[in-house]
Amino acid sequence: MDSTALWLTLRLAALTTTILLAVGLPLAWWLATTRWSGRFLVEAVVSLPLVLPPTVLGFYILMATGPNSPLGAAYESTTGGRLPFTFQGILLASILYNLPFAVRPFTAALMGVDRRLIEASWCLGESRLSTFFRVVLPLSWPGILTGLVLTFAHCVGEFGVVLMVGGNIPGVTRTLSISIYDNVQALNYAAAGQTAFWLVLFSFLVLCITYALGRRGIPF
Amino acid sequence: MKELAAQFEMHYPRGAKIAAEFSRPATGFSITAVFGPSGCGKTTVLRCLAGLERPQKGTIAFGSDVWFDGKQGIYRSPRERNIGFLFQEYALFPHLNVAQNIGYGLRRQKAPERQQFVHELLNRFGLSGLADRYPNQISGGQQQRVALARTLALRPSLLLLDEPLSALDTMLREQMRLELRHLLTDVAVPMFLVTHDRHEAMALADHLIVMDEGRILQSGPVQEVFARPNDERVARMVGVETLHKGRVVERSNATTTVAVGSVRLISLANNPIEEDVLICIRAEDVEIAPAAKAFDDRPNCLAATIRHVVSDGAMLRLDLDCGFALSALLPRWATSSLNLEVGSVVPAHIPEEAVHLIPQFATN
Repeated sequence: MDSTALWLTLRLAALTTTILLAVGLPLAWWLATTRWSGRFLVEAVVSLPLVLPPTVLGFYILMATGPNSPLGAAYESTTGGRLPFTFQGILLASILYNLPFAVRPFTAALMGVDRRLIEASWCLGESRLSTFFRVVLPLSWPGILTGLVLTFAHCVGEFGVVLMVGGNIPGVTRTLSISIYDNVQALNYAAAGQTAFWLVLFSFLVLCITYALGRRGIPF
Repeated sequence: MKELAAQFEMHYPRGAKIAAEFSRPATGFSITAVFGPSGCGKTTVLRCLAGLERPQKGTIAFGSDVWFDGKQGIYRSPRERNIGFLFQEYALFPHLNVAQNIGYGLRRQKAPERQQFVHELLNRFGLSGLADRYPNQISGGQQQRVALARTLALRPSLLLLDEPLSALDTMLREQMRLELRHLLTDVAVPMFLVTHDRHEAMALADHLIVMDEGRILQSGPVQEVFARPNDERVARMVGVETLHKGRVVERSNATTTVAVGSVRLISLANNPIEEDVLICIRAEDVEIAPAAKAFDDRPNCLAATIRHVVSDGAMLRLDLDCGFALSALLPRWATSSLNLEVGSVVPAHIPEEAVHLIPQFATN
């Protein structure tokens, strides 16, 4: 197996998952608690990557981050680098593409927390933030963990968006799934088969963990 | 005197509107029951006091602290109001044990102090030995005491209780009613209690706010509201058993004489200016004498035919016919010397002060 591609893939998946925890959790909390009637709009946007072909998403990200676009130009003037065909570029693409895999389980888990427990905590003198950490998180972590595991696993197997935005640059944007494609194109079936086997095993284990957690529920 | 003064309106998106205006003492022991059928807006009133719901209009002030002012845009969160809220199903944190639940709001205290205080509360609420149990491992009554201890640990200056007994089954509820009153008498703060059960309101509260369809219908001392409802709806809600239309036939300085069909009753009420009145008589105020001796020449003495006798626990409920249908409720011990057979005629006496009159225009 291509160890450079493996390392790159793990790095991409770990960073995507971490950032989605930081970004997705507040978004999910907002979705779970808002009384705004336009909530469905945000939900639809978050879920869009589930139904959109990865090439379509990749295409728009490529267009939006190109050096001639406002976003690309702003990024270039602040960091001096570019997004297309770089690791930062595929990281951004992967975050957007994985948004539903994190936010949807997060939202479901947070909505499962009895509203009265949250209000009880407020009435006992706790702020909204400390209520989140003392009541909401301890009661919803299995669902949040499921979201993280799914995000990580989905990220490892990502192909279309990464190829569109990042191309196939060894050590920069060539992930495991792209290396399989590359190996098959080069008729190197043995290498492709080996990587594919490990990815199947990995995915299976991840799903086992997810369902086992789901079955166990909250451990008390 | 320091007062809790509230006057606010809350509109829901689907058109329901709740309006409330009342003031109650803000210091010392008092229990105010907000009483009404489910969906009448009583829980919303409680949630507005707590700061869990924000009204659109009005003001809520606790002494000199303004908790809410719609015009000035003041809205204090629950934690800024120093209130205690006892939730309907108690809302104990399922991931924390009994001691952790009780100590939840005491984070700012040092650990040894906190442990000592939690220990005291466990003892005071009869929970010692349960400190390490989780909420799903204790009974409903114990859960209620944990919730109460958790709330009182913060020494709130106002305690709000949302249907405190409805989560318990009937047998336990009767017992807990007494126990709760007992536990609450030790708490020297004003309390508001929401209930749809008039027995609960009567047993626990000393002041009653009667609500229906988002409005306050009557407010006053419990006995006063139960004995003198100011309209027909309140009379039905507080369970006045005998309600009849009547006409005022004679007025004097101290009394009013009313006619119900062919029967004349004398009432101490001298308020009705209307001809048409609604006559309210509470069943427990009706006296029954042994058949042999009547009530001499006292007014409101009627010959009553017994239609039904229904046993109601320690009480006996009689449906009588004395020219109009009359209900009487007698303690069982008082009935042993009476011959209460269906069809027999007994003298019934309705004290003049027990005949309450509601002017009929009030209901239209």
